[in-house]
Amino acid sequence: MSAEILLDVRNLTVEFELDGTRLRAVDDVSFALRRGEIVGLVGESGAGKSLTSEAILRLIACPPGRVSGEVRFRGEDLLALDERALSRIRGKEIAMIFQNPGGSLNPVFRVGDQLHEAMALHLPGGRRTLRARAAEILTRVGIPSAATRAREYPHQFSGGMAQRVMIGMGMSCSPSLLIADEPTTALDVTIQAQVLALIRRLARESGAAVLLVSHDLGIISQMCDRVIVMYAGRVVEEAAIATVFHAPAHPYTRALVDCVPGAAGYTRLGTIGGVVPGLRALPPGCRFHPRCPVAAPRCSAENPTLRALADGHRVACHLAGDGLPVRRPA
Amino acid sequence: MSALLEVDGLVKHFPLARGPLARLTGADRRVLRAVDGVSFTIAPGETLGLVGESGCGKTTTGRLVLRAIEPTGGRIRFEGEDITALAGGALLPFRRKAQIVFQDPYTSLNPRMPIGRIVGEPIQVHRLAPRPDIPARVTALLEMVGLQREHAERYPHELSGGQRQRVGIARALAVSPRLVVADEAVSALDVSVRAQILNLLVELREKLGLAFLFVSHDLGVIRFVSHRVAVMYLGRLVEVASTADLFRSPLHPYTQALLAAIPTIGDGSASIFDQPGRLIEGELPSPIDLPRGCRFVSRCPHRMARCHEVEPPLAPAASGHVVACHLYENGHDEQGGPA
Repeated sequence: MSAEILLDVRNLTVEFELDGTRLRAVDDVSFALRRGEIVGLVGESGAGKSLTSEAILRLIACPPGRVSGEVRFRGEDLLALDERALSRIRGKEIAMIFQNPGGSLNPVFRVGDQLHEAMALHLPGGRRTLRARAAEILTRVGIPSAATRAREYPHQFSGGMAQRVMIGMGMSCSPSLLIADEPTTALDVTIQAQVLALIRRLARESGAAVLLVSHDLGIISQMCDRVIVMYAGRVVEEAAIATVFHAPAHPYTRALVDCVPGAAGYTRLGTIGGVVPGLRALPPGCRFHPRCPVAAPRCSAENPTLRALADGHRVACHLAGDGLPVRRPA
Repeated sequence: MSALLEVDGLVKHFPLARGPLARLTGADRRVLRAVDGVSFTIAPGETLGLVGESGCGKTTTGRLVLRAIEPTGGRIRFEGEDITALAGGALLPFRRKAQIVFQDPYTSLNPRMPIGRIVGEPIQVHRLAPRPDIPARVTALLEMVGLQREHAERYPHELSGGQRQRVGIARALAVSPRLVVADEAVSALDVSVRAQILNLLVELREKLGLAFLFVSHDLGVIRFVSHRVAVMYLGRLVEVASTADLFRSPLHPYTQALLAAIPTIGDGSASIFDQPGRLIEGELPSPIDLPRGCRFVSRCPHRMARCHEVEPPLAPAASGHVVACHLYENGHDEQGGPA
């Protein structure tokens, strides 16, 4: 893929000051998104994936948070912009949808009015044009009898329908980047499939790039072109879908893929011993080494940097490549 | 082999509160049909997976089976004995033999009790061991679920989610049950921890000959743990088959849609989300105002005139494979159905 780079995150670090100690939740994260690309950000709870996506849009309260590094969107560093300049990008150029669609809508305003408000902030046109546009958007995201539904309140919408509204609101200003943080975690599997199909279709139609945050490897594999794997605040591997799921290089990625019950005919799942370390007790060196089945002495002393293993495949592991046999696709 | 648990025509209707106008006019109370005529059996040592979307009645079914809530109708037999009408002390022997593991390990353990007491209490309640022997029993149970003796003195907040779920399992196993209802027992856990707990459950099942009613919305999990699978939709079972049969040749259009909607790990070359034709439209209707005829009719891609009129009964379509769908009636075999 050779499209131009849309978002370039460099050395992003998010820290929180808590009871006098500084906790580093996101540690030196770098990655890039190209125009029109769907990229997954995957990891278990505490990996720092949600914080990373929130830091991009400067949604983290500072203090107690501290965000450093660079978030270059079309060459402009979002972390250095003033509020005014940022608000022209937030919601217009970059839209975000969250996990809990019910909680993202204001319960006391009509759904159509909220959609209208979001558009009026960024789009030209009078009340009447935008209202018509709101109904049109609801139709586009698959809400039946849109004109009637636009006059209803959020509690009259099911979870799946509310998430459709959020997607419609996000896409209403034709953003070039959509950040979706666990957009279907609260939804049932058949509704989840509808919502994800909708996101994928709208993104492909409009040419928007998507950063999809999820803990679900199946969703990532079906939705994304590339994936970034995070563990305990750091990026451990980044590659195309086929590589990550069928020839992963990092021991954590390998273990994670083996943990997923999916195919038939096995009696034991792969597991990872232990738990994700807490922020107060991050191990030195590679953060995965206490749980890693192939850890070497070096792993507890030295933090492995993210290095290119092949074109478009980066991994942060001392052993990946030569120390670890490359796993062949099954 | 005779069944450990036999459920026959189980019904649970929750009456809804009436508004002031309805009370004045004396209108009938509306009911929510959470479970509406469910029958199945579980053999000793067998795991039956009960799968369905939220609101389909799977959790209510689990609670009914344990007599945690009172059924509106139907029969529950356990080890051949009808336990539907038992009450009070007469239920105690059943309570010892049927236990539950809950979904949320954060709220299902008493935060003010140390782990040792949480696990030891059922032993004491059922007088399964003299008091001085309880700590040793607790240690053995903790070790069986992969915890250590030291954990007995800790409190729930000191443990991780996975460790708490292990405590929940130890508590259920403390009374040596024969049946465990696992209600979304791994749904709240992270991928790597979920795999640990699933492996533990399978290991214990083999070791102790436990039967499970495994309630989950996650078909991947259901496929991994279950011997047989029952698919539930709006208070009814729509299909029951062996795990292999159900995943290889699902018959009911709902089961087919459910399987098509699971995002399994692929190679990135094709996406299920690019094939909208395979995904069903619409949402679960309310269990208060059920459609006439088949409950799935509003979302079914194969609906016929008959489906709007007559509710299809659960009937055998192949050996050990039952389905409630008009497509498979009158000698129609698997080939007669949708591909």
